[in-house]
Amino acid sequence: MTPLSYLLQRGTAMFMAPLIIIHLIVIIMAVQGGLSAEEILARTRGSIVWGSFYGVFVFAAAIHAGIGVQTVLREWTPLGRLASANIGHTLITILWVLGARAVYAVVWA
Amino acid sequence: MSVSGITRASRAHPGFVAALIHRLSGLALAIFLPLHFLSLGLALETESFAGFVAWTNQPLVKVSEALMVSALAVHFAGGLRLLAVEFFGLTRALSLWIALAFAFGLGVGVLFLMRAF
Repeated sequence: MTPLSYLLQRGTAMFMAPLIIIHLIVIIMAVQGGLSAEEILARTRGSIVWGSFYGVFVFAAAIHAGIGVQTVLREWTPLGRLASANIGHTLITILWVLGARAVYAVVWA
Repeated sequence: MSVSGITRASRAHPGFVAALIHRLSGLALAIFLPLHFLSLGLALETESFAGFVAWTNQPLVKVSEALMVSALAVHFAGGLRLLAVEFFGLTRALSLWIALAFAFGLGVGVLFLMRAF
């Protein structure tokens, strides 16, 4: 892990800690009585607060996941440093795109 | 002690178990994330999203969701412990903090199941 990867990994972890607590509370509250699309979208549609919350959450989670997967690949597979880094960076990019699309879909679509 | 003896002893250490579970729960979350984002992206078409959310109310899906929620909670609590060790010099009562992190993760999963059913 390069110094930059380390700082990004720990930095995103610290940044996400309060967001995860809120996410867990929302999940536990929302699951009562079964989930429905109307219920989810009623909470998120047009909400700048939830849009910003999930927007920054997705952005940080993508970085955290990409660096984590890169580290696991390098330590647990025969892939070299460069191949692991390429896969990690690709995963970050894919998660940014899919995550931004998901936030757009539940908040603004 | 032989090298394999040292390896065995270190793998029995709570820190090794904690690191392994942190890594496995993290991997599970990294695999789950793209699927999570893709399914939320279905909200671009309200009807397909409604169908998907209705599908998630099956018992087996709820149990799988409980496992993912537990993985998130365990990874979160284990990560907090790791940050405390790295940045705040937490070294004492190692097993206690590891046990608390696992208990938190399992507790959140059980709470999810109790609310979901």
